[in-house]
Amino acid sequence: MTKGQAISLQKNDGGSLTAVRMGLGWQAAPRRGLFGSRTREVDLDASAVLFADKQPIDVVFFRHLVSDDGSVRHTGDNLVGGVGQGGDDEAILVDLARVPVHIDQIVFTVNSFTGQTFQEVQDAFCRLVDETNGQELARYTLAGGGSYTAQIMAKVHRSGPGWTMTALGTPANGRTFQDLMPAILPHL
Amino acid sequence: MTAELVRGQNHPLSQARLEIRVSAGTPIVAGATLGDEQGRIDGVEWVAHPGAPTLPGLEVSRQAAADHRLAVDLDAMPEAVHRVSVLLALPTGVAGPTRFGAVRAPVVAVTGLDGTEVVSYTIAGLEAESAVVALELYRRQGAWKVRAIGQGYAGGLADLLTDQGLAQAHQLAGGINEAVAQGMARSLPAPPPRADGDRTRQAAAPALGPDQGGPAPQSGPGPVPPQPTSPYGTQAPGGPGQPTPQPNSPYDLQTPGVSGQPAPQTSYQGGTGAADSAQPSAPTSGGSINYSHPRRQNAAPPPPPTAPPAQPGQPAQPVAGDATGWSMDERLYNQVWGMFEDLARTTAAYRSAVDFADSRMDKELDQVLSDPRSRIGGQGDAAREEAQAKHAQLVNQARAALDRDIAQLTAEAEVVEPALPPAYARWDNPVWHGYRVPMEIPMALRLGDLHLPESDRLRIPMLVRLPLERGLWIDSGRSGSLDGSFTDSHDLRRLAMETAVAHAARLLAVYPAGEFTVHVIDPAGSGAQPLAPLVQTGVLAAPPALGAAGVAEALARLTERVDLVQMAVRGGAPDSLPPGFDTAEQLLIVNDFPHGFDDRAVNQLRYLADEGPAVGVHLMMVADREEAAGYGPLLDPLWRSLLRLTPVPDDHLADPWVGHAWTYEPSLVPSGSQVLQQVLTQVAAARAKRW
Repeated sequence: MTKGQAISLQKNDGGSLTAVRMGLGWQAAPRRGLFGSRTREVDLDASAVLFADKQPIDVVFFRHLVSDDGSVRHTGDNLVGGVGQGGDDEAILVDLARVPVHIDQIVFTVNSFTGQTFQEVQDAFCRLVDETNGQELARYTLAGGGSYTAQIMAKVHRSGPGWTMTALGTPANGRTFQDLMPAILPHL
Repeated sequence: MTAELVRGQNHPLSQARLEIRVSAGTPIVAGATLGDEQGRIDGVEWVAHPGAPTLPGLEVSRQAAADHRLAVDLDAMPEAVHRVSVLLALPTGVAGPTRFGAVRAPVVAVTGLDGTEVVSYTIAGLEAESAVVALELYRRQGAWKVRAIGQGYAGGLADLLTDQGLAQAHQLAGGINEAVAQGMARSLPAPPPRADGDRTRQAAAPALGPDQGGPAPQSGPGPVPPQPTSPYGTQAPGGPGQPTPQPNSPYDLQTPGVSGQPAPQTSYQGGTGAADSAQPSAPTSGGSINYSHPRRQNAAPPPPPTAPPAQPGQPAQPVAGDATGWSMDERLYNQVWGMFEDLARTTAAYRSAVDFADSRMDKELDQVLSDPRSRIGGQGDAAREEAQAKHAQLVNQARAALDRDIAQLTAEAEVVEPALPPAYARWDNPVWHGYRVPMEIPMALRLGDLHLPESDRLRIPMLVRLPLERGLWIDSGRSGSLDGSFTDSHDLRRLAMETAVAHAARLLAVYPAGEFTVHVIDPAGSGAQPLAPLVQTGVLAAPPALGAAGVAEALARLTERVDLVQMAVRGGAPDSLPPGFDTAEQLLIVNDFPHGFDDRAVNQLRYLADEGPAVGVHLMMVADREEAAGYGPLLDPLWRSLLRLTPVPDDHLADPWVGHAWTYEPSLVPSGSQVLQQVLTQVAAARAKRW
């Protein structure tokens, strides 16, 4: 799919999809010669911001792993990457059926906490997966994406009785989701 | 290149945005003070601490933790600031070490934003100090430098702040300690890691995808399907799916104190250090080493009861024991904690939606008022009605979602309550009528019920782990009454004592014969009537201690016991205790405090509160804090170290996830019921048989 394209998370038979996962993966920094302790680790972080009518209500990130209502869960901070060997190093699970009724948009972001740009990180990607069948809804290759330290990746928002996903893929700069808030607001 | 600093050494800083990482083996408080050219703090607003974590260019964490990351932006520092001192302190008023000499030397490191270390410094050589200035960032000729300080203060934060010229040092130090202790004491102990992630009865549980192999081990022990052969049975080092020993393992019951005090962790801490350290990685080496725990169950647990398949579109039928665990006891415990978390979270969703609806309606109504057009004709009324209709619609939706969840949890509670073992059951549960003295200590004990105003009829059992991690305080003060209806303090005191007896009887009943001993101090004899069931059945170690002499004698006995066990443990010779030494857990019920207590007795009591829990000696204070007000702040740490319970419903307990105020109701014996006497008679008979 391409930037700005919207995918309805309604199934063809009319039933709506209930769970999505945002996955983020990257390769660990190579060990540096003799002094391995001086390897400059790469720490990318996945975050999800929950909005009600353009106001941020809650956020799930490495310091708040579960939204207060329990519908959005982060699997835990990975500080160095490479665990999944091509799989997801960090993941955020969203149980769409349990998202509180006033939350109408959820925005997913990626940040480089350690400050390396995506150019310097190898094999970095983020993707959105339909948890019910494992199908990938969107995938971005972050590596080679220019000298940015953050990306506003995608949003899922309510439309009618179900949810729709829109790929955003907007590059940005910032260390945590807080730095991205001004960049997120135009996309709501 | 990282510079390893020694005390007094300095190093230039080339970046303005920095992170200061602190790593200690035990939860500590981290803060920072801003000083002027003379290094003096101008006022309390120049100190960043857990109660006031953010200052311009500086942020510290809100709670005590073993690892900290302080964010610093030197460019954002006010001009007047010439020095930033990073301070560490041990939390006071909670169980845990009180001197840095007793813990691992803390390490502080200054790193850039990309994680590269600029300097690091190990604060070695601390002894009796409980607060220390770790580092100092200071301006020198327009540039910033860092210096390793390591100046400790035996008098704690108050001395440290006084030394930096802060006039209100003592008040602020008290405030900081209060903020930290409140955070620790108000919250219920953190629940066990939720091994099953999503419980099966949540119909919409996100199933792991086929390519999910990566993150699963990192997020904790994965769901363990019951297997015909145990993963431990083969003696093979475990793979990622093997259940890792949890820090608070139910099978460690025989070693109270050794397992240490699990710090109450909020979910905010889960990010970096806390989550990782809580899960020891599975051993990977080969060889013939037997990794199985000597006391841990080796047989595979019987498969959990499975819920019948749900009708399409209907939630699954709830089943008791529908959670992971190695025994029914553990499964029910996990299930109850799961229900507790689910109710906390679904209520959080409801409250958040209603708050949002309220604020949106307020905003829209304000707009109507300020719009001149709304004064013409019925336009304003129409807009107002529309705003109200939108509000009502959202609130109704939120309520419907909440009602759906409450209905499901209520159905679950209806099957779980009757299935609970005595330790988890209310006194009116028939299981108590078939009571037998147990052979093993249960995982936890029910101290009462918890509920929220939105779901008044749904009661969650409040289960605390055994052995107790801290003492209990049954508040007989008038402040303990929710609606002030108990204006008769005499009634309240009697009720508090009855509550204490019900809890003590429950503890006696769920421990195997002779493994729990209860002592009572009742200086004025005012608790004689409520104490009658304990006294008459003969389950007490000795008759209730009366008068000042009785108080002194009972305290001396327990103090001596704590000393003895501590010496044996420290000396590494726990087997050297005198023959015939009573190894049971001890509970001391103190009624009418501070009646009958002199200064020496108060000190002994504080000693028992501090040192007792680690060696299996616990306090149960039945007291009105106001009556001990004459002792001033001296006793504040005592009250804070105890879990406060009330004899009447009161909303003072917070859950560990969202922090709602839950209404606690004690578990009392129904009036007219003989169940307490029957149970205690059996306990007494079993004790007699054992001796």
